[in-house]
Amino acid sequence: MKRLINQHPPRTIGYLLGLLPFALLLLAYVAASAARLAENPDDPLLPSLGMMLETFWRLATEPSRRTGELVLWVDTAASLTRLALGVGISMLMGLVVGILAGLIPYAGRALSPLITAVAMIPPLAVLPILFITFGVGELAKVVLIVFGIAPFIIRDVQQRVEELPTEQLIKAQTLGASTWLVVVRVVLPQVFPRLLDATRLALGAAWLFLIASEAIAATEGLGYRIFLVRRFMDMATILPYVVWITLLAFLFDLLLRLANRWLFPWYGGRRR
Amino acid sequence: MQMIVTLRNVWKTYGRDVVLERLNLEVRTGEFITIVGASGCGKTTFLRMLLGEETPSRGELLLEGAPMPAEPGPDRGVVFQKYSVFPHLNALDNVLVAEEFGRARFTGRLFGGVRRRARAKALEMLEAVGLTHALKKYPHELSGGMQQRLAIAQALMKNPKILLLDEPFGALDPGIRGDMHALILDLWRRRRLTIFMVTHDLKEGFYLGTRLLVFDKVRHDPHAPNAYGANITYDIPVGRIEPGLFEEIRDQTGLPVAAEVVSRG
Repeated sequence: MKRLINQHPPRTIGYLLGLLPFALLLLAYVAASAARLAENPDDPLLPSLGMMLETFWRLATEPSRRTGELVLWVDTAASLTRLALGVGISMLMGLVVGILAGLIPYAGRALSPLITAVAMIPPLAVLPILFITFGVGELAKVVLIVFGIAPFIIRDVQQRVEELPTEQLIKAQTLGASTWLVVVRVVLPQVFPRLLDATRLALGAAWLFLIASEAIAATEGLGYRIFLVRRFMDMATILPYVVWITLLAFLFDLLLRLANRWLFPWYGGRRR
Repeated sequence: MQMIVTLRNVWKTYGRDVVLERLNLEVRTGEFITIVGASGCGKTTFLRMLLGEETPSRGELLLEGAPMPAEPGPDRGVVFQKYSVFPHLNALDNVLVAEEFGRARFTGRLFGGVRRRARAKALEMLEAVGLTHALKKYPHELSGGMQQRLAIAQALMKNPKILLLDEPFGALDPGIRGDMHALILDLWRRRRLTIFMVTHDLKEGFYLGTRLLVFDKVRHDPHAPNAYGANITYDIPVGRIEPGLFEEIRDQTGLPVAAEVVSRG
């Protein structure tokens, strides 16, 4: 008998093992839900899978009686727009400020303490300030996401730039590169895959800030919806929404990972 | 005759620590200088001064009679032991980028006919180092020896006045190292290069160079190990080696090498 640390499951069994916890959780839920509904068919806390599917389908395909809109898609579009703006601006800031601070010694000295300090501020603590300053519209929500994840992305990019071997920067100079050309041809292309990695890690936080700001002040959005129907303990809406949000988050993560592999074939190879 | 590199009483100090002291040297175009010495004797510092990464604390360091520029530039090419090539560019682009740095000040990229001519020049250079078969490969797909060939091709694209090699073959297998020696000697002869090469392999220093410099500390203060810096203790035109000199230098510097003296092939 080999030691446990040396025993590896075969491929198929490995996949099945990965699925097992999901199946168990689902089973437990279905059982609990059935037990509760058997006592009281109108119980809202643990709706059956069928009820959730029906609610989700209705939200996705039937116009709302109040507004005439397809609720799920309106919510999704609103949330994704905010998320894309917030994450996009953060990425741009990450590239520009991170490269400046990491490559140009004067800029690094001037910016690093500020970035470190801002990164220490808990973003949700400044949410009231954002609402007061930018109003309760879209801007405050986007700014909250930027405030929450930009410092992290900036610091990651800066660190990556600082990690570039000095030899490379010297080599570029001996080939006649100016500071600008070092940025464009040496630093930027090598930092870009790291930017995508940092963004992947920051996406979780971005969702958190998005849903938090939507919960407080919004008229549509995925976070707004689940906090709205919370008042009616409408689990048949909340649970599918949570699954939907998780699915979206998973897809973006996958997309960024694939983009990294397709666009920068040299990246993984170097780390290996 | 104009000297390509001149040092007049050059010192390098960090605070109270003296790394190099009283260096005097004159180097002519076409010399192949090899530099050996125990680790920490300032040979890399010396190379960094030639590169412009460091400036002398005292004395004069001249390139073709003018003060050495205080930052790296295209007149001095370099090959390091590692990280000399750009990991995000394939072999061809790694060499082509040298042309693009010089000619496209804003975009860093060439197009059309200019690009075709630059590409032809890059291909010629890659052929000279024997990498024609690996144009589209990224550095991580190349062996250590091939990466160094690529780094040499890159450095030669600018026709530098001096070529600086910082233990370029130190990480390679002995067999591969032999091939690289043949390559660098061939390039040095055909392109009339002036080379400064730091090595910790005394045998390599004797075999490759036309002139061997040994860096060592002459003065020692046991209570303040950094009070005195290293100096050039031997400056030997290689080829006229007296018997026993090899052993003498080996014993004084403590460099680990086989005991036989290698004559230049």
